[in-house]
Amino acid sequence: MSRISEHPILKFEDKPVINFTFEGRKLEGRQGDTIASALHANGIMVLSHSRRNKRPRGFFCAIGKCSSCLMTVNGKANVRTCVEPLVEGMEILRQPATGGELKW
Amino acid sequence: MVETQLLVVGGGPAGLAAASAAASLGIEVLLADEGLKLGGQLVKQTHKFFGSREHHAGVRGIDIPNLLLENQDKVNIMSNTTIIGCYEDGVLTAVTGEDQYFKIKPQRVVFATGASEKFLSFPGNDLPGVYGAGAVQTLMNQYGVVPGKRVLMIGAGNIGIIVSYQLLQAGIHVAAVVEAAPNIGAYLVHASKLARAGVPILTRHTIVEAKGTDSVQSAVIAQLDEKWQVIPGTEKELEVDVVCLAVGLSPVLDLLSQIGCRRKYIPELGGDVPFRDKQLKTSIDWIYVAGDTAGVEEASAAMVEGRLAGAAAAAQLGADSTEAGKIIASCQASLDSLRRGPVGAKIRAGIAKLEGGCCKCLNHQA
Amino acid sequence: MLKSSGIAQKSDWEAKLPDVNRRKSGPYVVIECYQKIPCNPCEGACPNKAVTIGEDINTIPCVEYGRCNGCGICISRCPGLAIFVVDEGFCPGFGKILIPWEYLPLPTKGSVVAGVGRDGKELCPAEVVEVRIAKNQDRTAVIGLKVPLDFVNQVRGIKLGGEENGR
Repeated sequence: MSRISEHPILKFEDKPVINFTFEGRKLEGRQGDTIASALHANGIMVLSHSRRNKRPRGFFCAIGKCSSCLMTVNGKANVRTCVEPLVEGMEILRQPATGGELKW
Repeated sequence: MVETQLLVVGGGPAGLAAASAAASLGIEVLLADEGLKLGGQLVKQTHKFFGSREHHAGVRGIDIPNLLLENQDKVNIMSNTTIIGCYEDGVLTAVTGEDQYFKIKPQRVVFATGASEKFLSFPGNDLPGVYGAGAVQTLMNQYGVVPGKRVLMIGAGNIGIIVSYQLLQAGIHVAAVVEAAPNIGAYLVHASKLARAGVPILTRHTIVEAKGTDSVQSAVIAQLDEKWQVIPGTEKELEVDVVCLAVGLSPVLDLLSQIGCRRKYIPELGGDVPFRDKQLKTSIDWIYVAGDTAGVEEASAAMVEGRLAGAAAAAQLGADSTEAGKIIASCQASLDSLRRGPVGAKIRAGIAKLEGGCCKCLNHQA
Repeated sequence: MLKSSGIAQKSDWEAKLPDVNRRKSGPYVVIECYQKIPCNPCEGACPNKAVTIGEDINTIPCVEYGRCNGCGICISRCPGLAIFVVDEGFCPGFGKILIPWEYLPLPTKGSVVAGVGRDGKELCPAEVVEVRIAKNQDRTAVIGLKVPLDFVNQVRGIKLGGEENGR
């Protein structure tokens, strides 16, 4: 986990742990996290792959605009993980670029 | 259908100031913001602001939203709510969360939708680890997550320099700041803070390539000649895991375009900007703009513009014209004072172009 | 050079110093603010009214050194962290400088840190002789460093990182 523990200006209190899975792996986030911030804190940089060339796609805009972080969450495709709050027990999956091959 | 006197779209510095000013004049205000937390970009700004007392100078950006919400009990706030359409019959469509759709019918609207980050083309710019400066700030200052170990910053404007300083404060190494222009665009006091911390600011330099397989592992930078071309042989590879882009902002105009507000391309103001009169009313009588939506500028100016647009809309809605007039006049004076120095020259030139165009193209008062 | 690197040159900062007599007669402020930007908190911060900006907030601050007693209250009020206080008569052979500091770790009084110049390069060891962290400084600490007299107008920071900040 790579979180900022001490900061000269901001306070990051030790917030309660939220458990979730990513591609079946059990991971921990913190209360207040979005899905993408929790994944990033766990060192997961690749959130999806481009459709044609299968190039890795990661976090980019962090405000729900760029589509780079779309993932399948609890079976629902195309969730903007950078703005979707992390919830206990969430199952997060990488998805094909359009999300279209999955049923939702 | 939700009805309200004034709808403010966007809860950043401009939107909060607009809502607060209108509410203080007795107007019923609905503030819709797409974020989970109000404040827009302010919630990530750990530095003390410039300006004078009326612009909250000396107060850290993170502490300003609370000051702007002094009339919040009179403002109806809808967070996590995105306005997705704006129609000629004065109806706006909105969505809260992912799927609660509804309509709003306001009598006046202030669009304070801010700006979006510009992008830069170079091989590898799609790799995970290439982030917008806003994303880096969000990760580290909002969620307390380390964006990476070593960062290359692209752009030495205020955002690039300030975010570099914030990275150092979070204990993250900044390998260098590269800037294609011959001079630093940021306030020099910000740049000097970074220089004292040993971070090289390389003007007339650019990024040539980001390298890596699954994420950024290094970046190649090079020097530029006077024609902005890479000088062969000056390439240098830096070991970094984050490339942060801070190469400028453009006003967010999606809704204003949909409704057909007149616009003009003014590079000094960040790109396409809406025409607006001195009270920030657009070419459409019931629509006002404020903040970066009206032309990209500092947050201090955005707050003043918000207050101005909020008061002007309130006056149109029948609020006490003397009180509204006082706010409008003081905001106009305050904007003049922020913009009158040499660092305001670009903004002044941009606004002059806009107002020049406005008189020729439209029948409303410039 | 300042405009392209962020590093003030000797000719830049020398112009900000008071005359030699004033420099020898007690602590004095050095406002390393070289660019007309809309900003004036330093003017309101000074209890002795030694700093003037005036009606146009884009004016560069002007110090009336007869009024400045080097108290350093303005240091943490400057949003640009561009204000320093220099005392050339701190003790024989050494001067004291007050600098703003917004990083971790916060230096501790009595420790020795690495003093750096305007370009971030290490210049000399510096003993931390004072640490001010009052509430009204709003998280901008002010650190007093004892440095050899030759370096009082050269050292403007502390090397980042590590328990002892670079030493």
